Amino acid sequence: MTGRGARISLAVCSALVIAFLWIPLVVIALYAFNGSNIQGWPIASWTLHWFGVTWHNPDVRGALELSVKVGAITTAVALVLGTMAAAAVARFRFFGREAVSFLLVLPLALPGIITGMALNSFFVYAGIAVSTWTIVIGHATFCVVVVYNNVVARLRRSSASLVEASQDLGADGWQTFRFVLWPVLSTALVAGGLLAFALSFDEVIVTTFTAGLQQTLPIFILDNIRQGQQLPVINVVAFFVIVVTVIPVALAQRVMRDTGIIRRGAAQVTEAVEAAEIPAV
Amino acid sequence: MAADAGAFEAGPPVRRARLRVSGFLWRRPWLKAVTLLTPPVGAFLVVYVGSLAVLFVSSLWTTNSFTSEIEHTWTLANYREIFSTANPYLHVAVRTLVIAAAVTVTDAILAFPLAFFMARLAGTRTRALLFVLVLLPLWSSYLVRIYAWQTLLAHDGAINWALNGLGLPDQNVAYTNTAMWIVFTYVWLPFMVLPIYAALERIPDSYLEASEDLGARSFRTFRSVILPLALPGVVAGSIFTFALTLGDYITPLLVGGPSSQMIGNYVYDNFATNVPFAAAFTLIPMLVMGAYLLIARRLGAFEAL
Repeated sequence: MTGRGARISLAVCSALVIAFLWIPLVVIALYAFNGSNIQGWPIASWTLHWFGVTWHNPDVRGALELSVKVGAITTAVALVLGTMAAAAVARFRFFGREAVSFLLVLPLALPGIITGMALNSFFVYAGIAVSTWTIVIGHATFCVVVVYNNVVARLRRSSASLVEASQDLGADGWQTFRFVLWPVLSTALVAGGLLAFALSFDEVIVTTFTAGLQQTLPIFILDNIRQGQQLPVINVVAFFVIVVTVIPVALAQRVMRDTGIIRRGAAQVTEAVEAAEIPAV
Repeated sequence: MAADAGAFEAGPPVRRARLRVSGFLWRRPWLKAVTLLTPPVGAFLVVYVGSLAVLFVSSLWTTNSFTSEIEHTWTLANYREIFSTANPYLHVAVRTLVIAAAVTVTDAILAFPLAFFMARLAGTRTRALLFVLVLLPLWSSYLVRIYAWQTLLAHDGAINWALNGLGLPDQNVAYTNTAMWIVFTYVWLPFMVLPIYAALERIPDSYLEASEDLGARSFRTFRSVILPLALPGVVAGSIFTFALTLGDYITPLLVGGPSSQMIGNYVYDNFATNVPFAAAFTLIPMLVMGAYLLIARRLGAFEAL
């Protein structure tokens, strides 16, 4: 139905939009190799010097360590809580079932400043001092739903009679989990876990309200960009962050194409959909 | 029943105990559901809903202006302050909404041709490639993407270099509302492409053939068939672009100018010194998003996905 002219102009528009998405990323990645202290363009001289400097920078190391630690704990919490909620919602019918989905999606549907501000006033009110754990709590609120969504989708696609069959054949709860449920759920859990880690690793708005003076990697980047300090180091960190996110996503896209894992946007659409569907029920 | 269970209760005691627990839970599904639900729902009710409740309650408190201590006296003073026309806050709220709307419209305009090309014209391989090219920026760090634009827009940055190369004068966009608009549009664009793509992909070819058979030309088919069916996707995408812009304070901080303050900036600036006021100000984005989601549901954004 589309004419030749329309086809070509749509292809050109698409190419321009893709260029718009990618040129800034390519440019900032190139700055990591900038030989000069000044952030000018075009880059006059090239060096690997800043990679060494960044690697030995104690602030970068501390921030990276904290981010990995928070990401790991958050992912573990999200996996446990998200899977439990998913198992209950997918396998049982009970009063308020939709309310559970709504509750879990709320932190993702509401703007970050609301979640951050709410948790902050809660901590102030309850007299809880900021620590690694307050950051974890902040991150866990919006990471649980990611695991939950992946697992619920997988459970809905698999048959509940598998579990019954396993029990009829004499398996106990652990065996049923290990040999029947785990093979069904493993990729959903891996995907949900990766996504939860990525969200936590990148989060900045909620973190600024729950971290106090602690620096996660995004907070370290933010503080330095704001003050225009250590920009060569920030360039390397930016390069690292781009590569670290791009490689696993590209790999995962190849490996787990059929599971719909990588469709982060789509997953979030589904979440928002579920969030907003609830009041109608 | 008891006899059947006995037949399986062979083997070491640990296994027997496990079987007994499994059987016990199997006969009481409600107990299993309660066990599974209590930790996640309990945690969310206490921490998250509890926090929202504290947020609302503290918006009705006040702060001692000398000590910055929260005083638990009930007052609507924070709300009066926000809605008073003598203060800049309403103006800030309006600016935030206008920018969120502008970003949403721009994203829809940019995303539609790309989503259309991906969903209806590209071959399988091109489509997969484009999909990755849209997803990767979505996954890469939000802060790094803002920082990239800060660098691009700088006086001696790549954009001015390119403009000068073409014989054009410098842009003076850095640290203005325009810069903020560009950067917001950039960072949220993938969130708009994906739902529109999903909506367009779902339109059956037969609809388009039917439209042609009935004598519609390309433009008419587009306007009367494709656009109405794609609209829920656009609305779904707009939920993200709108909500994310509404609650952001980092982009105005990093690429905005002196008159680019948004709701988020005021909340962030006050959260350490004046919790009650910051809490009251978060109520505006919350109400706006509530209304937006209700309208979006009317437009079918949720059934479409």
